[in-house]
Amino acid sequence: MSLIIRGGTVTTAEESYSADVYCADGLIQAIGENLEVPAGAEVVDAGGALVMPGGIDPHTHMELPFMGGRTGDDFFTGPAAGISGGTTMIIDFVIPAADERPLDAFHVWRARSEKAPADYSFHVAITSWSDQVAEDMETLTRDHGINSFKHFMAYKNDIMLDGEHLMQSFRRCRDLGAVATVHCEDGNMIWLLQQELLAAGITGPEGHPQSRPPEVEGEATNRAIRIAQLLNTPVYIVHVTCREALQEITRARSEGQRVYGECLAQHLVVDDSVYYDPDPIVARAHVMSPPFRSKDHLRELWRGLQSGNLQTTATDHCAFCNADKTKGKDDFTMIPNGASGVEDRMSILWDQGVETGKLTPNEFVRITSTNAAQIFNIYPRKGAIRIGADADIVVWDPKANRTISAKTQKQNNDFNIYEGMNVTGVARSTISQGNLLWHDGDLRAEPGAGRFIKRPTFGPAFAASERARAQRPWRRVARVEAAE
Amino acid sequence: MSLLIKGGTVVTAEETYRADVYCAEGIIQAIGENLEAPGGAEVVDAGEALVIPGGIDPHTHMELPFMGTVTADDFMTGPSAALAGGTTMIIDFVIPSPEQSLLEAYDTWMSNAEKAPADYSFHVAITWWSDQVKEEMGVLTRERGVNSFKHFMAYKGAIMLDDEVLLNSFDRCQELGAMATVHAENGELIYHLQNKLMAMGITGPEGHVQSRPPAVEGEATQRVIAVAGAVNAPLYVVHCSCKEALSAIATARANGQAVYGEALAQHLVIDESTHYLEDFTQAAAHVMSPPFRSKEHRDAIWGGLQSGTLQTTASDHCAFCAPQKAIGKDDFRLMPNGCGGTEDRMSVLWDQGVKTGKLTPNDFVRVTSTATAKIFNIHPRKGEIRVGADADIAIWDPNASRTVSAKTHHSNMDFNLYEGMTLTGISRATISQGKQVWDGNELRVEKGVGRYIPRPTYSSVFDRVKTYAELNAPRKVERA
Repeated sequence: MSLIIRGGTVTTAEESYSADVYCADGLIQAIGENLEVPAGAEVVDAGGALVMPGGIDPHTHMELPFMGGRTGDDFFTGPAAGISGGTTMIIDFVIPAADERPLDAFHVWRARSEKAPADYSFHVAITSWSDQVAEDMETLTRDHGINSFKHFMAYKNDIMLDGEHLMQSFRRCRDLGAVATVHCEDGNMIWLLQQELLAAGITGPEGHPQSRPPEVEGEATNRAIRIAQLLNTPVYIVHVTCREALQEITRARSEGQRVYGECLAQHLVVDDSVYYDPDPIVARAHVMSPPFRSKDHLRELWRGLQSGNLQTTATDHCAFCNADKTKGKDDFTMIPNGASGVEDRMSILWDQGVETGKLTPNEFVRITSTNAAQIFNIYPRKGAIRIGADADIVVWDPKANRTISAKTQKQNNDFNIYEGMNVTGVARSTISQGNLLWHDGDLRAEPGAGRFIKRPTFGPAFAASERARAQRPWRRVARVEAAE
Repeated sequence: MSLLIKGGTVVTAEETYRADVYCAEGIIQAIGENLEAPGGAEVVDAGEALVIPGGIDPHTHMELPFMGTVTADDFMTGPSAALAGGTTMIIDFVIPSPEQSLLEAYDTWMSNAEKAPADYSFHVAITWWSDQVKEEMGVLTRERGVNSFKHFMAYKGAIMLDDEVLLNSFDRCQELGAMATVHAENGELIYHLQNKLMAMGITGPEGHVQSRPPAVEGEATQRVIAVAGAVNAPLYVVHCSCKEALSAIATARANGQAVYGEALAQHLVIDESTHYLEDFTQAAAHVMSPPFRSKEHRDAIWGGLQSGTLQTTASDHCAFCAPQKAIGKDDFRLMPNGCGGTEDRMSVLWDQGVKTGKLTPNDFVRVTSTATAKIFNIHPRKGEIRVGADADIAIWDPNASRTVSAKTHHSNMDFNLYEGMTLTGISRATISQGKQVWDGNELRVEKGVGRYIPRPTYSSVFDRVKTYAELNAPRKVERA
């Protein structure tokens, strides 16, 4: 099985140049101008197109169980939709129930993910604290290729971690060489506001953003960053949505702290007016956390990506359909949180980022794959076009366009938050493990072809953090008491 | 002529891995584990050391003329000292006198540089403005491989530019796809403070630092960023030394503006108290602009490098010795500004940056070579370890140390800012164009083998700047 991509412009986070790319045995084997076509190799024409690392979506929730049901996309349909949009790898989440062992939950998720058509990996959420959890974290890092643990500061009375447990887990992450990732919203503040809103008779989806204003996110972001600073733990803030959170990240980074920030494609283009839509189906479909923000926050997020204070883009793909969302029709706090987007992330970022001059094509690659691969320590196997790297590639047509619609999408969801948008920049062909899985509208994803990608611990940031910590040892003063 | 580097760990801005590196004809030809040495190849044992892109010092002044003399390091001795420290390329400055043709000055500097032992390139300073200057900027970019122009906001009465010239030149830079670079200090403010200090009888080198407080740099940085923003020109601010300048850059970057910042190694470690030393020679030896700052400013600059608000590190190597400094004995305003440092930059950054956990080894490579190569559009030819790149390499021993001294350094300087510091992290061997020119003890440099490296215009940042300009083109309203 071999394949040659001809006549394109290789575009990486670092540079752009004309070259053919030859793939065999799932790897990139040769890169160069006018490569000879080996016998039997499939030829993919990349004329006028860019040859880029396939997208990595570091934040998805496929097949997420919820109140007896589960999200519309499973580990086959979700990643398959990703492939049609140029994304070749997802990092999903293992989320143990509060009384479940992380290791047990990991095995449950691994069983679900066996149908995946493309490579994937898992962050594991820490939803409670005990010696058992601490031990499972070690087992997961040592034996199962986990190098990141997720923490929820929201969702009180469910999976929210309080301050002490957050600190315990961050410290454990540091010692194991794993990245601590955090959903930063203050669950106590949200709970209070929810009660106030319901008492005021605001039961519809407009209650959702009003119960989670930017202050809620800004406060939690600051707290997570300060705890990480105190413990010297590299920390990754998922779905940053507002100026308040971005300012905390920017400040910490300018003081030399190792803090990373992710933003979701939808938070860059959808604003909070959607929650006030008179159609309850439309308003409910947009319920996700953090919520959409006003336009000035959208502009700040773009600037965060441009300046490098935010490094990655994701989707938080979580395909709850109307039937699920309707469970919260009389109480917005019961609406399952989540929206889709794994299929459209790359096009949205090209159309709204590169086409508008906010990003260069190289920066586009950096924030759609390379940075995620580096932070989660799978670079250059993923997120690079080079000899020896996995042949996960998208042939990107920068001029072609498509109109997004729930009617035509591959995602298994009844709604699309980008409905009707005409976006420039589409995946003409997507190659996963050297196989052509998407070409001009033809999706050839196969269940089970995807591999679980183990991620080694102790990425480069850890040794530096350790040295920085050694600069500030505990101090002890030996004193002699005067004789009586 | 071929060479095999065995047993090292390749460290680039992006990653770290075990590999041997084979160089021939001045180019990296192969990278891989357990490469065989072809017949006749010189073998360099990297013995557990790091194999990194040779440093690029984007800010040096070799052989700079000054009142009938020149700085102690010429284009042979300065770059040689750099090679001993692991730096394989410098970008120096052509500085025309006001009214002088840019091309004529360029030719002068090019002829001075013919003796260089390693690759080099030139920024060209814009020191005055006319149609001829504008025209010659076009010629330099089209025919001479210049893609960056330097602007001085300081040095009133000499090469200082006013806002009008800055605007004209920045507009021309963006039109040509060239980077505007700037020395940001408010020359008017300095002039005012200098005269005030002299009137108070403060004539010694302590007057230098007091005439250039952080506000002077902060104001100019903020202003020049606004000027560049107005004409949509990407901007590179040289030698940022203070909190105020850094926060102006951080704000502009956070607003999406294409602004880059450089830090000098010495501004990261030397304290402002050096300007107040009682020994005149010592104090005078520290006179450079911007001056040294207090710890809070140094911490801010480190934070800038760590967060990516600043991208590059340089030395501003400008080897004025004691006799030249003595010209300003009774009047600090006359003292030539400049210190050495191209030899020690890499070791200072390793010792004070990597060893303290401020930077990862990959960050170190990024701030000592890769980011510079990208901003000045010579990446991946320079600043990279990969097949096809120039074989400019340092074999970096992360654990060995050396004690810095003017007595033992390779520069012609009579002083060293880092005198007596023991630095961990040294170049065990330096390779330039595929040839080992430093073996840890001895330089084997050859005069004149260095090449002028032309730099193409329109670096990648112009991709977005151009699109942005098109989308935000001036609007006209047609009215009946």
